[in-house]
Amino acid sequence: MVKVKVNDIEVDADPKDNCILAARKAGFEIPHYCWHESLSVVASCRMCLVEVGETKPDGTVAMGPKLVPGCQTPIKEGTVIRTESAKVKTTQQMTLELLLLNHPLDCSICDQAGECYLQDYTYKYGKAHSRLDEPKIQREDKYHIGEQIALFTDRCVMCTRCVRFTREISGTSELQVVARGSHEEIDVFPETPCNNKLAGNVVDLCPVGALCSKDFLYKKRVWWLKHAESVCTGCSTGCSIHVDQNENKVYRLRPRENPQAQGHFMCDEGRYGFKYIHDDRRLKYPRLKNPSANSNTAVASSRPSDLSFADPWPTVLSEARKRIQTAIQNDPSGFVAVLSPQMTLEEAYLLASYIKGIDPRTKLTLGPVPVSGSDDLYPKGPKGEPPAAGKVKFTIRAEKCPNRLGVEAVLRHFERSVILAESLGKSSASAWYVVGGYSAGWVNEKLDQAVGTPSLLIVQDIFPSPLSERADIVLAAGSFAEREGTYVNHAGLAQAAHASIRPPEEARADGRILMELAGRTGLFNAMALRKEIGTKIAELSAIAVGELGDYGVRLAKYANQPVAAKS
Amino acid sequence: MSETQNKPAKKKTVKWGDAPKLSVLDALYLPAIASGLATAIKHAVSGKPTTRQYPEVEPEIPPNYRGVHRLNRDEAGRVKCVACYMCQTACPANCIEIIAAPAPKDDPHWKDRDKFPATFTIDELRCIYCGMCEEACPVDAIELTSIYDLTGMTREEMIFDKEKLLSVFDETVKTGRDPVRTNRGKLGPASELSPTAKDAPPPPGRGKSG
Repeated sequence: MVKVKVNDIEVDADPKDNCILAARKAGFEIPHYCWHESLSVVASCRMCLVEVGETKPDGTVAMGPKLVPGCQTPIKEGTVIRTESAKVKTTQQMTLELLLLNHPLDCSICDQAGECYLQDYTYKYGKAHSRLDEPKIQREDKYHIGEQIALFTDRCVMCTRCVRFTREISGTSELQVVARGSHEEIDVFPETPCNNKLAGNVVDLCPVGALCSKDFLYKKRVWWLKHAESVCTGCSTGCSIHVDQNENKVYRLRPRENPQAQGHFMCDEGRYGFKYIHDDRRLKYPRLKNPSANSNTAVASSRPSDLSFADPWPTVLSEARKRIQTAIQNDPSGFVAVLSPQMTLEEAYLLASYIKGIDPRTKLTLGPVPVSGSDDLYPKGPKGEPPAAGKVKFTIRAEKCPNRLGVEAVLRHFERSVILAESLGKSSASAWYVVGGYSAGWVNEKLDQAVGTPSLLIVQDIFPSPLSERADIVLAAGSFAEREGTYVNHAGLAQAAHASIRPPEEARADGRILMELAGRTGLFNAMALRKEIGTKIAELSAIAVGELGDYGVRLAKYANQPVAAKS
Repeated sequence: MSETQNKPAKKKTVKWGDAPKLSVLDALYLPAIASGLATAIKHAVSGKPTTRQYPEVEPEIPPNYRGVHRLNRDEAGRVKCVACYMCQTACPANCIEIIAAPAPKDDPHWKDRDKFPATFTIDELRCIYCGMCEEACPVDAIELTSIYDLTGMTREEMIFDKEKLLSVFDETVKTGRDPVRTNRGKLGPASELSPTAKDAPPPPGRGKSG
């Protein structure tokens, strides 16, 4: 730690910090465009010019004669930074005037308006007028940059964050700067658009509205979006995300910086893979198969005709409770509950403690763990080869579920071992409680055969499946955006996810279903449940704090594993 | 009310005025009654009717009257609105609903436009006619006309869509009662050189300071 003086406020800063980070510690913002914490430094935007000096041994302060870029200037003991002097302010005004010279000022149709650093800095540091008399240079929009990315060329401030991202983080190097001087533009080689699996991040990186997501283009003005802090459930990396929604519809996912989980970015699979939550085929109503009439043709995605405006849940849940009790009394070891690795810790705990509470001879198993291919490591080499160990900056994991470790910990506590549901063999139990929650078809042949046609089949899922078709009771559950709870990622990092929208129609978040099914009083409260789980299950004692914070907490068992983003 | 009771403890910002004292004659109220009667009689015998013969004679509407909305067209006849949602954001009654879409770039007619409103709906029943949408509009696309006698048989027909709002424009512009009031192309006061800008320190590199 070194002592640095920022505008006469003394702070302890890391010797590796630059002036921007040191000033941030002192509570001062040094505006910047091109600098980004996880990218290399180019100092090209000139927005972060500040006065820097040093303290001489005799205590006098010698300021440098010129302004220096704060992003590029290292600090040392006694460094003095001035960010608010008249000289700095005038320079900031001039830099902004220059950056805005050819800017089209089309904020009214720009998707970035509202979260644009050109807007923000112009309000804070800029002038209200331009002295340019010449006509502005107009450039063609480039919709060919990528499948998901559009480039509005004339809004660009040439910070080259996107170029450096494709070179340093994704390693695919599609984007580049072409031409020079005022003709500079971002572009791709012909026929090689920026379509790598991390490409969506350049839209977040772009501090202005130049790179826009085609998926989100003109869908919503950003000031109407409400943000919930959540966790991406696409793979076991467990990227921290913001879920942006308006009027119960999720419009986009954005990565949330978390050095413990994934760093600053997220992959496109996760970013654009949320749309299944608004799929029309989702289960929207709980359904009870009429024991007298054996045909079960009603589709749970449309409102059953016998269901009037009354709430169907009390009937369905009390019937479910009754049948579970009877089934367990008749054949306790023949009752199998399948816990899905899509479940949150709280939901897994509620279900496990409920089933085991009725009879400890019942069996808890782990549902299918979807795996596709192998881990995808970035940055890629020139031929697309994965990086050497220790140089990995981002990983898309092969395990496509968010909480295998967490559910396994719950299973180990209640069942002493982790049994895979698929390994049980044909028609091995008389009663099943199966939890799904996957984004796509997940019932494989083995599981289908293992379940067979039992005397009782309860399915808690979000999409119709072969199992829900023949289930006696279908409980329409919630997707990741509708659930509240904790996920444990591949490195044992427990992160809290918050619900952002309501489930469709009469569907309910899993936690709420299980609270009522287990006969617990009160509302589902993830925080209270975390405290309970933390005290009951030794392996998960770290989450007993309840509030997991923005970055989550590591479970003690995995504390020695390397930090996720780097492995 | 005395002055001491009502003034705030610290700041003397509020001035309290007392009602004028009435003389004995005023306190009788007879002179006031007489002058009031005189006014009434004067109007009764003057022979000048003050009743307005509406609807046979339509009233003169001041030019800043805020009536039914219209969506203006640009020179090419396209809807001027760029779907920036500023009016929807500013609307205190939540009566505007826009769905934006990328402009059909392949169509040469739309070549210079990026974004346009695919739908633009105003619920005229929910609207409070405050004119905030007009003020918020950065491209002078939405304006309130002087149409004051809007009626309808159903709620549905009072929900105006884009076509209806454009037809209001065509109608009102034709009659000339509501010219396009705003000056397209002229910059507003916000973009003019502010008085403080002249006093700002000269940029370095010019004169002595550089």
